[in-house]
Amino acid sequence: MEFILQPLTLVIFFPLVGVFALLFIPKENKDAMRWTTLIVALITFGISICVLTMFRAADVNLQLVARYDWIVVGGWNIQYFLGVDGLSILLVLLTTLLTWISILSAWTAVEERVKEFMIFFLLLEVGMNGVFLAQDLFLFYIFWEFTLVPMYFIIGIWGGPRRIYAALKFFLYTMAGSILMLLAILWLGIYGNTFSVPDLIARGGIPVNIQMWLFIAFALAFAIKVPMWPLHSWLPDAHVEAPTAGSVILAGVLLKLGTYGFVRFNLPLFPEAAVSAAPWMALLAAIGIIYGAAVSYAQADIKKLVAYSSVSHLGFVMLGVFALNPEGVAGGILQMINHGVSTGALFLLVGMIYEQTHTREFRLYGGLWKITPVFGTIYLITSMSSMGLPGLNGFVGEFTVLLGAWGAGQNGVFYWGGVWLAAISALGVIMAAVYILYMFQRMFMGPLGEIVEEAKKHGRPIRDLNWREIAVIAPLVILMFWIGLYPAPFFNLMAPAVNHLVGMLPLP
Amino acid sequence: MTFSDFTTILPVAILAVWACALLVADLFIPKDRKGATALLAALGLAISLGYTLSQIGDERLGFSGMVALDGFSIFLNALILVCGLLGVALAYDYLKRMNIERGEYYVLLLFSSIGAMLMAQAIDLIIVFLALELLSIPLYVLSAFARSNVNSEEAGLKYFLLGAFSSGFLVYGIALIFGAAHTTNLYAILAAASASTVSPLLAFGAALVLIGFGFKIAAVPFHMWTPDAYQGAPTAVTAFMSSSAKIAGFAALLRVFVTAFSPLAVNMTDVLWGLSALTMVVGNIIAITQTDIKRMLAYSSIAHAGYILMAFVPYGNAAVAPVSVAAGLFYLIVYAVTNFGAWGVVIAVERTEGKGLAISDYSGLAKNHPTLAAAMSIFMVSLIGFPPTLGLVGKVYLFRAVIDGGFVVLAVIGVLTSIISAFYYLRVVVNMYMRDGEPAVRREFWLDFTWGALAFLTVFLSLIPQTLFAWASSALMKLF
Repeated sequence: MEFILQPLTLVIFFPLVGVFALLFIPKENKDAMRWTTLIVALITFGISICVLTMFRAADVNLQLVARYDWIVVGGWNIQYFLGVDGLSILLVLLTTLLTWISILSAWTAVEERVKEFMIFFLLLEVGMNGVFLAQDLFLFYIFWEFTLVPMYFIIGIWGGPRRIYAALKFFLYTMAGSILMLLAILWLGIYGNTFSVPDLIARGGIPVNIQMWLFIAFALAFAIKVPMWPLHSWLPDAHVEAPTAGSVILAGVLLKLGTYGFVRFNLPLFPEAAVSAAPWMALLAAIGIIYGAAVSYAQADIKKLVAYSSVSHLGFVMLGVFALNPEGVAGGILQMINHGVSTGALFLLVGMIYEQTHTREFRLYGGLWKITPVFGTIYLITSMSSMGLPGLNGFVGEFTVLLGAWGAGQNGVFYWGGVWLAAISALGVIMAAVYILYMFQRMFMGPLGEIVEEAKKHGRPIRDLNWREIAVIAPLVILMFWIGLYPAPFFNLMAPAVNHLVGMLPLP
Repeated sequence: MTFSDFTTILPVAILAVWACALLVADLFIPKDRKGATALLAALGLAISLGYTLSQIGDERLGFSGMVALDGFSIFLNALILVCGLLGVALAYDYLKRMNIERGEYYVLLLFSSIGAMLMAQAIDLIIVFLALELLSIPLYVLSAFARSNVNSEEAGLKYFLLGAFSSGFLVYGIALIFGAAHTTNLYAILAAASASTVSPLLAFGAALVLIGFGFKIAAVPFHMWTPDAYQGAPTAVTAFMSSSAKIAGFAALLRVFVTAFSPLAVNMTDVLWGLSALTMVVGNIIAITQTDIKRMLAYSSIAHAGYILMAFVPYGNAAVAPVSVAAGLFYLIVYAVTNFGAWGVVIAVERTEGKGLAISDYSGLAKNHPTLAAAMSIFMVSLIGFPPTLGLVGKVYLFRAVIDGGFVVLAVIGVLTSIISAFYYLRVVVNMYMRDGEPAVRREFWLDFTWGALAFLTVFLSLIPQTLFAWASSALMKLF
């Protein structure tokens, strides 16, 4: 009983209650399934809020630890080991929040095979929270790989016309990266006779040349997930083909698994390797920022545009993380949250209009503002947040990251490249404004677009948002303003843990 | 010969007597009631399994040191008997449906299991050979069991010819070893091999023995018979032989190499390394192009032979060998559970007229038969080696042993080929969940029970692998 009542165990596994309940709901009763799933997801969100209230930010150690022996036999020492700290608490909250939002967004969008959809969604939540909370490498790996399976089905069953290709590409790409990490994990397990991350960090002392290889094995897995340039090519396909709810979770949480992995594992486990790799990783991040922004501008499909903009935004996260100073890492983590909120919201909005028009070509739209003022306003706020307008969340994250990167350029962490890496990356902010405003202008300004006229002709004029849709998007809009205007509570949650992490690195 | 000799092989002896009695009893069972034979065969296997489990902890030699009873043999005997039970469960409805229900089927299955069990107990090359033939000959007959069917006859003949060919290698190898060591007893061979510098005759003999077993376990390049035999044989036979024969082959291979040939490790390690890598690569790559589910699973079983062979590579390193043998044994459980499950689903989807065997015939399975599709997905995911299934735990155990032995490159090849394998296993999942179709599915209690239970075990045991790990790592070969 004690095992089950651990708060972190509950956060991870409570969705399974929903899965179990769904199995017994008859196929025809779709609303019962939706409500069950939503309630379970909301309770999970509630549990994560409880975890937040129990969390003490000043403590840099893992908190609310649940630690039991799992497989301890014949040279194995695998533990069921969960813990939360400043690096992961916000990401857990983001996960539980976006899950119920996505479920609500799929209320009318998913009519086919509702039961399976909801089951996969709840299983996905189990996997994602597990990744953020697992402190044993083996346990982490299991959750990490497990997230692939439900997402594979979500893209493959409920996706667009090229869904099978996209799902397979997503699966194989991610698996290819992570399976080498498995070997690195096994190596670490043999080396330290434990898979526990804190114990391995405390033990340290991995020879630098081996650290390099392990760093690469871990980094490959995470870089594909992030995705960092040049390993990003699965992302646009997956995003374009995924159903709205899938895109939201994919952009909002799944990509963060990669960036979180860098922070949680690569930096503290392989500190020497991380320091020597810093400018290289920052270079890849800077290329990603510019490349993602440039390619975004060339897209005609809204979802593709947002997908490439993710490559650019996550470049900022990686730039911050590998600045290896408190500003950079904290900015990077905040930027993870920001990207989840803003891009998640963008995908939701795209889904809402797509449900009515069944096209994502933004050139076919036009003049939407006149017909759908509420939708237009929220879209504008979200776009501004995504491009980093001061006063909204994106600005805070990007600014802190650039501050960190500039500092890293000056104090020699970027031992080549210096401040130029930060300077080039800063161009990405301007480029973001270009492609986002371009899209916004094409969709909402000017004369009524083709598709708008056509919808009217067919007797199904485009309507504004309904109450469900506003309820779906409202929490995210509130967060955009909150983080934008008063980010201190968010920084306070992570600052001690971030300082502790950076303090462990052998900086030049 | 004393009574104690017989108790050493008590489960085998019981099963042998039971099989002979069943052959007679079957004459008196009317044609339309052959289910009774199946029931009796299962009863015999269960009794033998009970005695096997009662032997746990017992260790001794029998028949003047020709057979051994130890943790290793008990572990494998239990596994082989469970495979026998699963084989009976899958055959029960299948034979009726295909109009090939004859009592000999179950008798032959019992005899084959007897051979397999003896292979795990043999510590004399002569017994190894006898047991191998006792295992194989019933399987040749079973492969051709649907005898008016040309494919089945072809499968039987092909399997027989190549099986006989491989036996030739084995016997020749044994003869050379006898020439070098003047004995066929494994311990005596070990003594002879470690006493002086390794004679080339012995090494050559060992290589030929390896080739002989290579055929049985379907390692590349000795795998050519596998796809045809697996495809042509009645599916229930394929399920049984792809598990049981492979387990027995690995049992004998492990026993012979770890016990007798450890001084040859210097030469053999590289050979096994290459064999394992080649088997993984070729098996997985050719599987990609298959459109028939039986052929695909045949290549998948070849690929899995490659993974299990990884466990052999560090066999000469005394510090790592126990771990790697345990890893190999554990993977045999994983393989048996997952493989039988997958074949069970194939049997459920197969139709009497021979249709329902293309991978495209699985289209739309998830819509009308969600549990069957979910079970098949679990098996496929487990064969890839993904959480939360036994496949992942098994592969991790293997990779760890290989890394521990210092063969990191082999482990890298292992994981890379796993990625390739994801491609073809997922194709089945794609068809079941993402394409439309109306597959006709056979529902029958024992069939449903078998795949359902195996799917449950595949997930459940992966969450609590502790017991199986402990069991596998205690199933050590005793050096008498």
